[in-house]
Amino acid sequence: MTQEPLLELRNLTTVFPTRRGEVRAVESVNLSLAPGEVLGLVGESGCGKSTVLLSIMRLIRRPGHIAEGEIRFQGRDLRALSEGEMRRVRGREIAMIFQDPLSTLNPAFRVGDQIRESLRLHHIVDGRWPWPLDMGARRREKERVIQLMEEVGIPSPDARYKAYPHEFSGGMQQRALIAIALACEPRLILADEPTTALDVTIQAQILDLMKRINERRGTGIILVTHDLGVAAEFCHRIAVMYAGRIVEMGSVDEVIESPQHPYTQGLLDCIPRLGRERQPLSPIPGNVPDLATLPPGCSFAPRCPLARPVCESGPIPMVRLARDRRSRCLRHVDFAREQGWTWGTEYEISNQ
Amino acid sequence: MTTTPAPTSSWARARHLWGLRWRMMRRNWSEFAHQMRKHPLAIIAAVVILLYILAAIFAPAITVHDPTRGSLRTRFEPPFWMEGGSTEFLLGTDDQGRDILTRIIYGARVSLLVGVIAVGVSVLVGLTLGALAGFYRGRFDTIVSRAADLLLAFPFLIFAIGVMAFLGPGFGNLILALTFKGWVEFFRLVRGEMMAEKTKEYVEAARVSGMGKVAIITREILPNIMQAVFVLATLRMGYMIIMEASLSFLGLGIQPPTPAWGSMVASGRDYLLTAWWVSTFPGLAIVGLVLAINLFGEGLRDVLDPRLKIE
Repeated sequence: MTQEPLLELRNLTTVFPTRRGEVRAVESVNLSLAPGEVLGLVGESGCGKSTVLLSIMRLIRRPGHIAEGEIRFQGRDLRALSEGEMRRVRGREIAMIFQDPLSTLNPAFRVGDQIRESLRLHHIVDGRWPWPLDMGARRREKERVIQLMEEVGIPSPDARYKAYPHEFSGGMQQRALIAIALACEPRLILADEPTTALDVTIQAQILDLMKRINERRGTGIILVTHDLGVAAEFCHRIAVMYAGRIVEMGSVDEVIESPQHPYTQGLLDCIPRLGRERQPLSPIPGNVPDLATLPPGCSFAPRCPLARPVCESGPIPMVRLARDRRSRCLRHVDFAREQGWTWGTEYEISNQ
Repeated sequence: MTTTPAPTSSWARARHLWGLRWRMMRRNWSEFAHQMRKHPLAIIAAVVILLYILAAIFAPAITVHDPTRGSLRTRFEPPFWMEGGSTEFLLGTDDQGRDILTRIIYGARVSLLVGVIAVGVSVLVGLTLGALAGFYRGRFDTIVSRAADLLLAFPFLIFAIGVMAFLGPGFGNLILALTFKGWVEFFRLVRGEMMAEKTKEYVEAARVSGMGKVAIITREILPNIMQAVFVLATLRMGYMIIMEASLSFLGLGIQPPTPAWGSMVASGRDYLLTAWWVSTFPGLAIVGLVLAINLFGEGLRDVLDPRLKIE
């Protein structure tokens, strides 16, 4: 890619010390997101998807912390920013959308005022006078809020401005949250399972809305989901995570149509399909491994249908199979050795 | 609802905005009033409290006698409906010939003032410490919580008597003695609520939108807790008034000749058999006010914070 990436994670590692030892919730994650790109971060519960998002925001709760790596956002290293500078990035340049819209909205305030709050927080609408005094600024803020509510498809925003969150339906609440996220026109939106709590028709509407925002404004989106179907429909690229690591990455079509990693293959087999003949689902056997006691080798090996004894002996490097196609499996390592590929720059084997 | 077109001139715009705001306020208020209508007892109680407050404020205007000076010629006049009573002293006179009704009306000033200030200071201290302890936890929380536990181990009245005996009587010392332990309840309430609210997602969302910790506490979490605090404050006010009356009864609170209900009850103790009205009417005044406050507080609790009812 010639363009400078909007966001680049290099070797990001986030750890949580526990009584049973250090849990490496995110381990050496390398990712990059071009401006206006939609990336899907897919994986089972507890594989570290949400932790990646919180690490980008630098909001990992103590005693957890980012142990290693670099988070470059628009050329700046977010890890080097002071807390005050980071606060100005949050919400203004990187916004986040959560899974459960009702509990994410503050029950004590009107929805319109909550959208307005983020405008106020980042001084998006400047007035001549201190905030409560400047009627002009307050009017402009309100107009902007109503415009935002219109944009995310909340009908009759004038009346809905004054409603409380519990008076909204789930889809409307999620739309309001998206309006909050959009208020400061961020360059990047981190969406943490935004459609999981909604039913299917609403899910499609919300995804459609986010897609339109992405197309119209060129906002980059990282969508965390456990639903490969959602990711396939909505994203440009997909990264599959397992036990804190990215195991496969590539464009949507390639990952869905020719999955390289056995885990991705397994995930695809779990999806029920409509139509044609009835086929039994084939679930992946076993459970997500305990992150505190990970085996030294491939963490998927105990559940993998293609596993060999060597898989568990040592860490598996990422193999760059094509320009934007990576997979972390010993089979690819063997393939790369046969081809005589060498170690690339970013902790991975590649042919370049 | 139809969208009203935004007016153009600045004067019309301001009127339009204030009109909106006014309608919003009225809607809130009418919702609240509508819910309160289901608790008729609370409304009656509110009217009674209002009467007490008005009486306290306009005491000089509605009484004809001096509350502190009497005449020995009018000692122990009975209430007007009894034999020998006159309409000059509606509820009779005390051992110094002072009109009891006048003294009760002036005494409302002391009781209400002590109740409001003691609860106000308690809320202020308890809310601040509780919010900080509940949000930040850590060593600060441990220290303040242990101090609160320690204070809870003493019975309120004994503790207040001790403090008053140490500090000496007086209005300021009375407030100090009452708030010295009064803040604990608010501290515990706010701390608990804070710990519960802190884990909710809207707090996380506020962090994500770049809000600082102080703003999260004051602008996001506290508005969710305030209703519970308000209800508890109302319920505690009756208790504070009883405490003040008890201390005054024991001679440790408001000093004579300033009229206070507690000391009035105490002064009539010796004459209960011959002049029962001296103690009875101030006692009834206390019962009336505290009952009204408690009934109102419970009505308020049912409307504002139904969760508290479960406890």
